[in-house]
Amino acid sequence: MKVVVMPKAAVLDPQGNAVRDAMRHLGMPEVRSVRIGKYMEIDLDERNGELESRLRELCRDLLSNPVIEDYELLKDESAKRKKSK
Amino acid sequence: MKFAVIQFPGSNCDQDCVAAINSLEGLRAEYVWHKETLLNDFDAIVLPGGFAYGDYLRCGAIARFSPIMRAVVSDARAGKLVLGTCNGFQVLCEAGLLPGALVRNRSLQFVCDMVTTRVEVDDSPFTHGCPKGTLLRLPVAHGEGCLFANAETLRELNANRQVILRYADDRGRIVREANPNGSVENIAGICNRERNVFGLMPHPDRASDARLGSIDGAKIFRSMVQAISANRTTSERAKQVA
Repeated sequence: MKVVVMPKAAVLDPQGNAVRDAMRHLGMPEVRSVRIGKYMEIDLDERNGELESRLRELCRDLLSNPVIEDYELLKDESAKRKKSK
Repeated sequence: MKFAVIQFPGSNCDQDCVAAINSLEGLRAEYVWHKETLLNDFDAIVLPGGFAYGDYLRCGAIARFSPIMRAVVSDARAGKLVLGTCNGFQVLCEAGLLPGALVRNRSLQFVCDMVTTRVEVDDSPFTHGCPKGTLLRLPVAHGEGCLFANAETLRELNANRQVILRYADDRGRIVREANPNGSVENIAGICNRERNVFGLMPHPDRASDARLGSIDGAKIFRSMVQAISANRTTSERAKQVA
């Protein structure tokens, strides 16, 4: 599984703004904005069926802070295909 | 009267807190390791500054699942006074005991400085004896002290008089230049709706000895003592009446 955590739109992202400015400075004035979040790769033993709901709970309680962040849980499709071969 | 100072792995102001509390008459502080599960013996709880669990993931994100936090949350719900300074404030927000969240300073820089804060609420258990408008000189040292609260939370904080301290200039004016981290509306410290949980980014623990440049921090600890004593007297009277 992969988890992407991004700051909510209302939360100022000074890090993203600094990178945006650097990109513009380096010859890419087209850059409108940059938002910086977190990307996590989680290796799981997926035999257990109700894993996803438990993982979602932890996404909400630990991996992200719902006050300032949104998370997205991405299933690792390529890994699944490899397994089914 | 006995205060608990919680030690998380990575706390580094636990000794400052214990020293500051022990320097006050009639008050004693004890360390409580985060693996402990009970705080029954204590009159108040202090979550110190530092970098609990290395601040990994987010400040306070992992610390809030420490075993002791169950006791902190249940004692807080029962009305016990809880003070979180710096990293302790971040832990209290992550634990949901205080609203909002503390994010990276707007400047992206770690700030280590002496700041002026203005007391906004003088009837909280943490600001007894500090009339509204009192200026407290307190040190700050943090990289993630910018309070974020959405519009609704901010409205509630103001409407319920939960904003206890704001960063101010030396004349008490709430101006942008006095804000060390970009906190919304210059907020330096807030309490919960019930007014028994208080979190602030500045360090009262590092401003409780004249040799450190300020003794304004001791006012907060002393106020807690007064509030606890007053509460005891009231409950004893109530018992007598009953």
